[in-house]
Amino acid sequence: MTNGWIDIKNTDMMLIMGGNPAENHPCGFKWAIEAKRQRNAQMIVVDPRFTRTAAVADLFLQIRAGADIAFLGGVIHYALENQRVAKEYLVNYTNAAFLVKDGFKLPEDGLYSGFDAATQTYNKSTWNYEEAGGGKSAADAPPSLPPNVAYDAALEHPRSVYQLLKKHYSRYTPEMVERITGIPKDQFLKAADLFTSIRKDGDTRKAATIIYAVGWTQHTFGSQIIRTAAMLQLLLGNVGRAGGGVNALRGHSNIQGATDIAGVFDILPGYLKVPNPTDQNFAAWMKRITPTSAKPKEWDSWNYWSNTARFAVSLMKSMYGDAARKDNDWAFSYLPKVDREYSWAHIWDEMYQGKVKGLLAFGMNGVAIGPNSQKNIDALKKADWLVVCEIYPDETSSFWQSPGITREQMKNIPTEVYRLPGAGFAEKDGTFVNSARWLQWKWAALPPPGQARLDQEILARIFLNVRELYKKDGGKFPDPILNLSWSYTDPNNPSLSEVARELNGRALADVTDPATQQIIKAGQQLPGFAFLRDDGSTACGNWLWCGSWTEAGALMQRRGTDDPSGLGIYPNWAWSWPMNRRVMYNRASCDENGKPWDPARRQVWWNEAQKRWTGNDVPDFKADSQPKDHMGPFIMNPEGVGRLFVPLGGMADGPFPEHYEPFESPIANPLHPKQSNNPVVKKYKSDLDKFGTPEQGFTVVCTTYRLTEHYHYWTKNNPMNVQLVPEMFVEIPAELANEMGITGGEKVKVTSARGTYLAKAMVTRRIRPMTIDGKKVYQIGIPIHQGYRGIQEDEGKVPRTIANLLSPAVTDPNAYTPEFKGFLVKIEKA
Amino acid sequence: MSNGPLQIKAISGHAGPVPGRDASRDYDVCKLVDVTTCIGCKACEVACLEWNGYPFRETVFDNTYQTMPDLAWNYYNLIRFDEHVAEDGTLSWLMRKDQCMHCADPGCLLACPADGAIVQYSNGIVDFQQEHCIGCQYCVTGCPFNIPKFNKETKKVHKCTLCSDRVGAGLEPACIKACPTGCLHFGSKDDMKELAETRVRQLHEHSSHKNAGVYDPAGVGGTHVIYVLHDKDHPERYGGLPKDPQIPLLVRLWKGPLKWLGNIAIAAGIIGVATHYLRFGPKRAEEETKGEPK
Repeated sequence: MTNGWIDIKNTDMMLIMGGNPAENHPCGFKWAIEAKRQRNAQMIVVDPRFTRTAAVADLFLQIRAGADIAFLGGVIHYALENQRVAKEYLVNYTNAAFLVKDGFKLPEDGLYSGFDAATQTYNKSTWNYEEAGGGKSAADAPPSLPPNVAYDAALEHPRSVYQLLKKHYSRYTPEMVERITGIPKDQFLKAADLFTSIRKDGDTRKAATIIYAVGWTQHTFGSQIIRTAAMLQLLLGNVGRAGGGVNALRGHSNIQGATDIAGVFDILPGYLKVPNPTDQNFAAWMKRITPTSAKPKEWDSWNYWSNTARFAVSLMKSMYGDAARKDNDWAFSYLPKVDREYSWAHIWDEMYQGKVKGLLAFGMNGVAIGPNSQKNIDALKKADWLVVCEIYPDETSSFWQSPGITREQMKNIPTEVYRLPGAGFAEKDGTFVNSARWLQWKWAALPPPGQARLDQEILARIFLNVRELYKKDGGKFPDPILNLSWSYTDPNNPSLSEVARELNGRALADVTDPATQQIIKAGQQLPGFAFLRDDGSTACGNWLWCGSWTEAGALMQRRGTDDPSGLGIYPNWAWSWPMNRRVMYNRASCDENGKPWDPARRQVWWNEAQKRWTGNDVPDFKADSQPKDHMGPFIMNPEGVGRLFVPLGGMADGPFPEHYEPFESPIANPLHPKQSNNPVVKKYKSDLDKFGTPEQGFTVVCTTYRLTEHYHYWTKNNPMNVQLVPEMFVEIPAELANEMGITGGEKVKVTSARGTYLAKAMVTRRIRPMTIDGKKVYQIGIPIHQGYRGIQEDEGKVPRTIANLLSPAVTDPNAYTPEFKGFLVKIEKA
Repeated sequence: MSNGPLQIKAISGHAGPVPGRDASRDYDVCKLVDVTTCIGCKACEVACLEWNGYPFRETVFDNTYQTMPDLAWNYYNLIRFDEHVAEDGTLSWLMRKDQCMHCADPGCLLACPADGAIVQYSNGIVDFQQEHCIGCQYCVTGCPFNIPKFNKETKKVHKCTLCSDRVGAGLEPACIKACPTGCLHFGSKDDMKELAETRVRQLHEHSSHKNAGVYDPAGVGGTHVIYVLHDKDHPERYGGLPKDPQIPLLVRLWKGPLKWLGNIAIAAGIIGVATHYLRFGPKRAEEETKGEPK
C-alpha cells in the first residue's frame, strides 16, 4: 500500500477492482465502510462476479476476467478527454512533460519499438527520454537515462509523455471498452464519470483511492494492470495524499514482510537487485544497480537509490560480520550471481525436468497453490527429497497419495519425504508486516504442542548441521556458509528479538550524522537509514526496516493509540517503513509551494519560518528542500517524478500498459488480433504445459478466488470453518445452468487443457452472461479451498480435486505471477 | 457498556408479583444491525457459537453461502443470504443477521404457560430459563419471527439470550464484539434508533437507496434488535423478515380475554377426571405388546 488500511477512511471515492476485500480482508474493510459512513464516500466495484464487496458498493460493474487494462485505459481516456485531471500535479510531479526519444513507437499493432520476434524480447533502447541540448551517448554504451531530460511544461510537444499517453489511450474508447470488457458503454461511462468526478471543475481537494489484490496480479500482464492504476492515480493527483494512493491488499498476514526481506529470487533484503554474472566485483554491481538522476536541468531530484552502496555494504556487514571487509570487496564473492529466472513456476518446471533435486517447503503448500498442480505433483515424484514444515499433513507432503495414484505406483515413487512439525502463528512471537507496511510485533499466545518446533529453531538446526558438514568435509565453496554471522545467544534457537535488532542494524564504529551532528556510538542500534555507511562502519539486515528497533526501544512493539491529527496516522502504534511514514510520497499532498491540496486533511507541509518540511506524518522527502528548488516528490525514482511512461528496463512489456488477452482467451484481441497476447509472456514447454482454445471446446472463462470462511488449504482441517462452508463449489451463471440443465447442488465437472475439477454447482444470478466482442461468453468461479487432505476430504465426503489442476503455468514477465484468473475451461454434469 | 445488574420485568406463566414490573430504568438495551453495511462474513455466527460453548455441527452444501437453512436450538445467530433482482435488472445480494428480536411485547412470553421459563428483563432482554421450561413449545407458536428452537433430546427450547450474561456484567453481546465492519451496534434503544435514523437519512441523501428505513415493528411493541434496511417496504426479501409481525391472535386471545375459558376448561377437566374415576375406577394396563416399538 502507498497509504494504509486506516487511511482508507479519509477517502471520497473508492475503486475496488482485482480484489474482494469484504470477502478476504473483512477486518480492514471496516475502513472502507467508515469512509462511506463518515464521508459519504462512493464505492465502485468492478469484478467478474457480484461479490460480498459488491453487496455494499454504490456501483457494481461485471467485467470479463483479464480485461482490466482495457477498463482502466478507458477511464484514463475519459479523464483526459473531459479535463478531469490534476494539471499542476501532472506537470510538476509526473513525467508528463518529459520528451521521449525519436524512434519510439506505440503499439498500434500490439508491439512497441524494438521487438525481436526470434527471441521474443524487446530491445528497449528507444524506450527512453530525449536528452536536452541534443546530447548523444556513445552508440555502444549500454542504454541509460539522460542526466538532463528535455521537457515541455506546456505538454504540447508531440513526443511529450502526455501527448503520447493521450494518443495511446485514444484507442480505448467506450465502444472498445465494451467490446473487450463486456461492460455496456453506458455503465462504463457512469463509472468513469463517477470516479473522475473528484476532479470536476478543477477541484483539487478531494481524493480517490484504488484498492486491489491478487485479482490484478494474477494475469500474464498483472504488473501492467497495477501500473495503469498508478497512472490513473497520478493523472488525478491522488498519489501521496490522505485517502488516495494505489493500495495493494496483501493476502497473507506477512506477505509484505516476506517481500521486504527478499522472499523473491531477484532481490536481496530491502529490494536491492541481486548481482548477476556480469558483475565482476562489488563496484561493478553497485554501478549497475545504482541509478543516476535524470531530470530537467531546472528541476531537482533526490534519487534516494543513489545510497544503494550504503544499504548494500551494511547488508554484507550484517550477513558476514568481520568476514566482509573493504579489502575482500565486502565478501561480494559470497553472494550467488543470479544468472536467470528462478521464479515459482520455473522451480517446478526445473524439478519436473529432473534438474531440481530437493525442496524445503515452509509455510506453503506448493502442490495446492499451483498453478498446474498435476505438474507439481509429477515434479515431486522426480525429486530426491522433500522437506515440509507444517502444522497439518498437507497436499504437498501427501503428493504421493494424490488421487489417481495406485498403491503399486506409490511404491515406485522414490522421493524421500520428511514432515517437520511446525508451530502455528499463535505459538510464535515475532513480527507481521501488514499491507500498510507496519512492522507489528506479536507475542506468543501459547507454546507449540508436542514435538512441534519454532521455524527459527528448525532452520537454525539445519543450518548449523550443514555448517558442521562443511567444516568437517569441506566443499566446493564453504566460505559463505562458514563465515555467515550467527552470533545469537542460543544459536540453536535464535530469539526473534535478537534477529529483529540485527535487521534494524547497529553502528560498528562511532557514526555522526553530518546534518544534526548526532553521534551514534559503536554498538548502538541505528536510529534510521540516514546513518548507514558504505565504509563498513554500520551493519543493517534490511535498510527499509532501519529505525524499527533503536536505542529508544522496540518501536515495532509500540501500542500507542494517540492520533492527534484525527487522520488515523497513529504515529506511536507499531512502526511503519520507511521511517514510520504512514503515507508514502506525502510531499505530493501539497501544491508546488508546499501548501496542502486539502487543508482539512493536512499530512505534511512546508514551514517557511523553520525552512523545513513538517507535519502530522513524517515527511517522505528531503526535509530542507525548499519548494522553489522543485525537487520531485517521488524520491525513489531517478527522475524525482511519478512515471506515466516507464523508460528502459522498468517494465518488460512496454512503457505504457496495453491490453493483451489472457493467454487462453475466448476472443482475439480487438485492438490487434494478430498480436492477441502479451508478446513477452513467460511460458514453459513441458508435455504438461498444455493450453486450450475455444475451438477445442474450452469456451468458458474461469476465475479462482478465496472465501471469507476459509483460509487457503489450512482451515479445511478446522471443524469451525468446515461447518461454515462444508464443501467447495463452482459458481455458475443461472443462464448457463439452465442451458445445460444443471441445478444447484448437482455435481459438475470442470475441465481445462490441463486437468479436471469436481465440485457441486452453485447456480447464481451473481454472475451474468456477457457479450464480448459480439460473442456470448460465460464466466464461472471456483473457490480454491478444496484439496485431498482435510476433514471432509479424509472422510471421503467431497471430491478430492484441487482448483489449480485447471490453471496454467504461464506468467507475467515482470513479477512472474501465474495466470490464476481468466483461463478457459468447459463445464459438464459429472 | 454497563447496564447494571439485570432486573426482571415480566415472567411467563407467573401469577405472583414481579420484582421489576414498575421499576424504571435508565435505558433499554438495543442491538442495531445495519444491513446496508453487513458483508455476511459470519464472524457473529462464530462468536455466538463460541461464547455459548456450542459444538460445531455437520452442514451440507445447499446452493448458497448461508451456513444452514434455519436457526437451531444451539445456533442462535444466522446470516441469511438472498439474491434480489430489481425491476431495472439491478442485482442486490442481501445479507441479514437473523436472531431473536427481543420484542417489547414478546409473543413467546405471552404464550408460555410455565412459571418462570421465559423472563423479560427491564432492559428489554427476553431470556429463556431452560430449568423451568416444560417443552410445550407454545413459545414457538407465539413467536412471529420463527426464532425459538426445540431440543428434542432435552425437551427444552432455546434462543438468543442477547448475551444477558455478558450484558449483565457490563459487556456488549459477543456478536457485536466480533463484527469487523461495525455494521452491528449496541446501546440504549434511544441511541440506536437515532443512529439508525441518521444512517437512513444518509442513505436517502447519498445513495440510491431512497426507500431505506428502520425496521422496529410496532406490532410487537417495537423490538430490541432493530435493522436498517435498504428497502423498508420489503423486509420479506431479507430471508423472510415479516412485514408486520403480530403475536398470533389465538395466543393473544387465549392468554388475554379468553384466559377464563382455559381456566374453566382446566377446572372442568379436573372435575371430569374425578367423576370418571369415581364412576369407572382406575384404568388397568393392557398386556404389553411384544416386539419392536413403533
